[in-house]
Amino acid sequence: MTMPTTSEPAIRVRGLEKSYRIPKQEPLHVLRGVDFEVSRGTIFALLGSNGAGKTTVVNIMSTLLKADAGAVTVNGFDVVTQAAQVRESISLTGQFAAVDEILTGRENLVLAARLRHLKEAGKIADKLLERFQLIEAAGRRVATYSGGMRRRLDIAMSLTGNPPAIFLDEPTTGLDPQSRIEVWRAVKEIAQLGTTVLLTTQYLEEAEQLADRIAILHQGRIIADGTLDDLKQLFPPAKVEYVEKQPTLEEIFLAIVGDGRTGSSVRAER
Amino acid sequence: MNKHFFADTTVLLGRTMRHVTRSPDTIITVAIMPIAMMLLFRYVFGGAIETGLGPGQYVNYMLPGIVLITVATGVTYTALRLFTDKKTGIFGRFLSLPIARASVLWAHVLTSVVSTLISVIVVVLVALLMGFRSGAGVLAWLAVAGITILFTLALTWIAVIAGLSAQTAEGGGAFSYPLVFLPFISSAFVATETMPGPVRAFAEHQPMTPIINSIRNLFAQEPVGNNIWAALAWCLAILVVSYSFAMVTYRKTVA
Repeated sequence: MTMPTTSEPAIRVRGLEKSYRIPKQEPLHVLRGVDFEVSRGTIFALLGSNGAGKTTVVNIMSTLLKADAGAVTVNGFDVVTQAAQVRESISLTGQFAAVDEILTGRENLVLAARLRHLKEAGKIADKLLERFQLIEAAGRRVATYSGGMRRRLDIAMSLTGNPPAIFLDEPTTGLDPQSRIEVWRAVKEIAQLGTTVLLTTQYLEEAEQLADRIAILHQGRIIADGTLDDLKQLFPPAKVEYVEKQPTLEEIFLAIVGDGRTGSSVRAER
Repeated sequence: MNKHFFADTTVLLGRTMRHVTRSPDTIITVAIMPIAMMLLFRYVFGGAIETGLGPGQYVNYMLPGIVLITVATGVTYTALRLFTDKKTGIFGRFLSLPIARASVLWAHVLTSVVSTLISVIVVVLVALLMGFRSGAGVLAWLAVAGITILFTLALTWIAVIAGLSAQTAEGGGAFSYPLVFLPFISSAFVATETMPGPVRAFAEHQPMTPIINSIRNLFAQEPVGNNIWAALAWCLAILVVSYSFAMVTYRKTVA
């Protein structure tokens, strides 16, 4: 049921509109006609500032919210009329790591696997623990995890059952630089294995680092959509200037703390 | 009904029951207030209250009311657990999975019934230490358990409405204050005949009184009379109404 039904894009969003009614105020038009497509096996970044409506788009795609107008298909299934098939095809990693703090890391993964009705939930959990470097922490309650570990567990939970599409809503907001690099690495890995990734972010650098294609959501509409090179061409050609390159504070921070290399559970990148 | 309903409910029930067993303080917190009231009424006010029972038997008289107060306190935690799930996004995660969506609520409802009953058992055990005695047979005890479970279910669905629609944790718990208070204006601690007219009229026609009287009669091995029908009718009516409103709220929450 989760196999691609046609060769059409993994995600197709057409004319999406959504308003929120606020008592005694003008309704808030969050989405005013959003269109975009995501090809299979690519990373698509929805870029926008706080309150631009990124989470609203993700929630509509995840069958958690109904749009006022427009159509969304995921993996060829309509989010309204074929919601059950859409849920089989996707995994949502929400804005705040939606992990159960009272359960252990392993129990969280077993829970996710059993809710996808998978056999051998324990084995699946163990594999994901290994892949996300959470084996040592597997038996500890999630309440004791760091922000980065929670996020990794959160993403691992989304990968149980290998859904063809995964939605990551601001996956690195609130994370420290090292954790952010860990999450980026995880996202790249997911995409390399053929999963379609849609992520929302307010960080330009994140979109630049990860995305095959970037769409900018602004005032309820997609105002730009293309590859990084496409977007660069929208602007005047680059001038060549010579400037002394100062290290950024982030580069200094990572150099001092060792770019994650010293952390027992983190592999070095580059 | 979705083919995964029972499997999903079982999995999610396992999760919420772990929440209860790993923080048993909720069971104790729920039991402590009713136990404190029992102590207060037994050893402070009890001597001044005429129940027509022998001395020291007041604990027999008030236990049914205390049980209802325990239930009203217990379901507060259901609202809080539900609110927390909604707020932390774990609700969204579950609802975006290919599961039977109703199982998300039912797991909380069943956990509410089980954990509240454990608190009730703790309270009854303390009552036994304080001199509560009943010659009730197995059937009468089963009837008491049945009424208590039905009452817990009815109040739990009210808690579901509160938990789903709350904007803050405090708001999610506030619904239970009137429920905890209601037994005081009933036959729980004093006979309704001693109350002034309008208060008495209220006390005799609110749901707590027939439920309390039924349980009291069952414990005392006396005929339950029409109380039991009034009690069942109230419980079922509250259950049906609160379940319907909970479903409306749920659909609004999950689109």
